[in-house]
Amino acid sequence: MNKKKTIAALLAAATLAAPAAFAADAVKVGFVSTLSGPAAGLGVDIRDGFQLALKHLGGKLGNLPAEVIVADDQQNPNTAKQVTERLLKKDKVDFMTGIVFSNILLTVAKPVLDSRTFLISANAGPSQLAGEDCNPYFFNVAWQNDNVAEAIGKWASDEGMKTVISVAPNYPGGKDAVSGFKRFYKGKMADEMYTKLGQLDYAAELAQLRAAKPDAVYFFLPGGMGINFVKQFVAAGLSKDIRLITSGFSADEDVIGAVGEPMLGLFNSSHWAHDMDNAANRKFVADFEKEYKRLPSLYASQGYDAAMLMDAAVRQVKGKLDDKAAVRKALEAAQFASVRGKFKFNVNHYPVQDYYLRLVRKDEKGRITNKLMGTIFTNHADAYVGQCKMPK
Amino acid sequence: MTQLILEQALNGLQFGLMLFLLAAGLTLVFGIMDMINLSHGSLYMGGAYLGAAAAQAAGSFLVGLLAAMLGMAVVGAALETLLLRRLYARDHLAQVLATFALILIANETVRMIWGPQPLPLNPPAALAGPVELFGFSYPAYRLLIIGVGLAVAAFLYLLVARTRAGMWVRAGAANREMAEALGVDVRRLFTGIFALGAALCAAAGVLLGPLLAVQVGMGENILILAFVVIVIGGIGSIRGALVGSLLVGVVDTLGRALLPTLLRAVASPEVAGHLGPALASITIYLLMAAVLFFRPQGLFPARA
Repeated sequence: MNKKKTIAALLAAATLAAPAAFAADAVKVGFVSTLSGPAAGLGVDIRDGFQLALKHLGGKLGNLPAEVIVADDQQNPNTAKQVTERLLKKDKVDFMTGIVFSNILLTVAKPVLDSRTFLISANAGPSQLAGEDCNPYFFNVAWQNDNVAEAIGKWASDEGMKTVISVAPNYPGGKDAVSGFKRFYKGKMADEMYTKLGQLDYAAELAQLRAAKPDAVYFFLPGGMGINFVKQFVAAGLSKDIRLITSGFSADEDVIGAVGEPMLGLFNSSHWAHDMDNAANRKFVADFEKEYKRLPSLYASQGYDAAMLMDAAVRQVKGKLDDKAAVRKALEAAQFASVRGKFKFNVNHYPVQDYYLRLVRKDEKGRITNKLMGTIFTNHADAYVGQCKMPK
Repeated sequence: MTQLILEQALNGLQFGLMLFLLAAGLTLVFGIMDMINLSHGSLYMGGAYLGAAAAQAAGSFLVGLLAAMLGMAVVGAALETLLLRRLYARDHLAQVLATFALILIANETVRMIWGPQPLPLNPPAALAGPVELFGFSYPAYRLLIIGVGLAVAAFLYLLVARTRAGMWVRAGAANREMAEALGVDVRRLFTGIFALGAALCAAAGVLLGPLLAVQVGMGENILILAFVVIVIGGIGSIRGALVGSLLVGVVDTLGRALLPTLLRAVASPEVAGHLGPALASITIYLLMAAVLFFRPQGLFPARA
């Protein structure tokens, strides 16, 4: 009996040590993002932020030469699936990142996670992967979709807005954005409008808004959708009577650049702002401006942090990327200097962090951009972490 | 409520008239030449890109619009003489394959020239705001689109109904062999029709550019609607295209605004919010199915 136990123990020890992990000689990152179409601005910003981090790191992640394979998903789940299969099977990437939209992330998550490849989301944070479907190989370095919406919902409540109508695309990210808003907004939700993802003409919705006359419209329309919505909202003369509120996704540099003056005075929520005062952020913003001749958006900051997170993890495991358990632990530790200041992961691998209020206004140089106004939530976690039974 | 319906009717009219610009060319090509041209949407995209580029270079929206129409008319004529002419005698499958290839080529060409990101195209500054209309504000730019659409419809009506060229077109649509036998130069007529159709496509592309986005693949979505329009209106009939466009435009926009409102009366806001848009997007296909059931030739068949 004793002998048997010893053998069992030895075997157990052997299996634990079994994948005799060797340091890899390079890190391969599959970067799938939306780089064409009206939402391309988002993917381009995540990519540019990621590449800037790599430049700061001398082209290396954790002292290993980094190879980043960039692919465009064209905001099409099928295309995303095809390029992801190629990155997993042919290129055998160590990390996957870059995906902008939640519906696309949910489509490719299964093949990526089943192949035990680490998926570091630098944007999409669907509730599904934060709750029941949480996964040891999935990390979100940005936020859970609801969070940023919760912050502006709280603010709308505090401002005393009585009736609000929401406009969001009918896809997982849009639904999260509305349920997040409702979780903290205590006033009356007069209506919830869902539009087709990628819809660009909002004439029908604007006519309904004019008839309904709410105090404010909360819209979650990332990329070109938001650009068109705000332009058409102003052109229809609705801005006189109805206030616009939104999360940072439709109030950042991409929309400001395209819409201009009508954006002035728009309050929005974010986990990051380009005028946040910490060393990592000052360096990031200054070099981003120098490199790309424009201010970074929150998307760019997330791309930057994704690369920094990978760098820290690879460094911590000393390049032994085959030791998946060790890489996971290193990622969970998140020992990197985030541009948003403090950063830590919850048990469901989503961030616990602060959320801020920003205001679009003219800065000292006369540029229309966001200014940090205050903190809405501190150490805020998502609402789904309780449903997550993360395997040890 | 009346104001909502009025505003939606205007929106429907605006959308319908833009569909008409696309459907007019498509229905003539399909009806007279018996040619299925899937690349019609690419002409729309090409026009929008050309217009956006020209408007940016010249700093004038009008210059962009005219340049796009002229440019695409030339492209359309060249396309017809060099390639499509060879496909008239083939069956529809060959035409579908060849013109589908043209879509792919056009998309990649545009991507190569202008990159994958949408081009900015803004309406003229004077029309960027709202105007007061029957007691509510309405975007001035959408009114312009309605005006241009109505003018083009009137122009096409006069062209087809009152001129000699229009008579040839009608003769060609009704009976191509007979028209040829009577001495109509069908080859030149076809090139002319194709160039005109391409110019109308370009106009629609530039006019819709500021409301939608000047982007790769913009033609495919709207092409499907244009086909629905000509099936409803009757293939080959300009009048059918006009009526079909307005029907589709109004049904689509009214459905999008009213269905969710009506559904809320019977279901929870959550369910109505999800079900309404889904039902609204199938209303035009229901309309098409109903027309096909009762009038398989469309509302105004050219070959009555």
